[in-house]
Amino acid sequence: MSAQVSVIVFPGSNCEFDCERAFSLLGAEPHLVWHSETTLPHSDIVVLPGGFAHGDYLRTGALARFSPIMAAVSDHARRGGPTIGICNGFQILCEAGLLPGAMRKNTGLKFICKWVDLEVANAQTAFTSRTQPGQRLRVPINHFEGNWYCEDEELQRLRDGGQIVLRYADNPNGSRDDVACVSNAEGNVFGLMPHPERACEAMLGSEDGRLLLGSLLDAVEARRTVPA
Amino acid sequence: MSYSATVDVMLKPGIADPQGQTIERAMPALGFEGVSGVRVGKRITLTVEAADAEAARSKVEEMCERLLANPVIESYEVEVT
Repeated sequence: MSAQVSVIVFPGSNCEFDCERAFSLLGAEPHLVWHSETTLPHSDIVVLPGGFAHGDYLRTGALARFSPIMAAVSDHARRGGPTIGICNGFQILCEAGLLPGAMRKNTGLKFICKWVDLEVANAQTAFTSRTQPGQRLRVPINHFEGNWYCEDEELQRLRDGGQIVLRYADNPNGSRDDVACVSNAEGNVFGLMPHPERACEAMLGSEDGRLLLGSLLDAVEARRTVPA
Repeated sequence: MSYSATVDVMLKPGIADPQGQTIERAMPALGFEGVSGVRVGKRITLTVEAADAEAARSKVEEMCERLLANPVIESYEVEVT
């Protein structure tokens, strides 16, 4: 059976179809799940897509974390289920306490929409197993609040624990330590501001996103073959 | 009893505030010299039902911890009248 991917749709999400398409291209079976649901269909992977959930009111992600579906998303994540938040999804996972840190407005107060180069900081994660350490990936960003922040001690803990997964080659937004993607300590929840789902087809400018999303599908395969 | 509460949410000291910095840089263009330390926050006003002012305050403080402020980057002050 191909991997079942639940893409959560909040009022204001706008990247759910990109995620759906990218996972389909990779041979997975994506489903869209509306935020007011209280249970997830069988899900090997849960994706929180980009957009402006709940209008980004108060703070990005602050209200989305209280959407009814989030209890089921947290359960999935806490049981070790692969979970990714892309852009606004990353902001939601930070607000929900499933990932460390918080987002500030970009340095320079500009909404940034462009291609960037990412560097693989840890290639031994469920999200980067198809990459090499230091490999450069070309992936677009598209955000106003991606200036990720955490305190010194926490940053050290994240570095020591290999939780810094991707860094910007040329920091576009002021993010601490050039962080573009972090994981939780258990290594099954990932958040990143760049959009790998928009870098899965050559005609869009890059296929590097396939390495990241494909790694996650490999992790699903590995979970299936290891007895619980 | 009904109580009015005012919550001021600010970025914690030491956390760069790009909005404040931009406003600060705009000041000299308007002829305001010698302006520094500009920080931008937000004010949230609300009315709460509670047995007394102390209960109202603790209710609003819990709202701050759980929703109104993000303790990783923001601090808050509550005033209840």
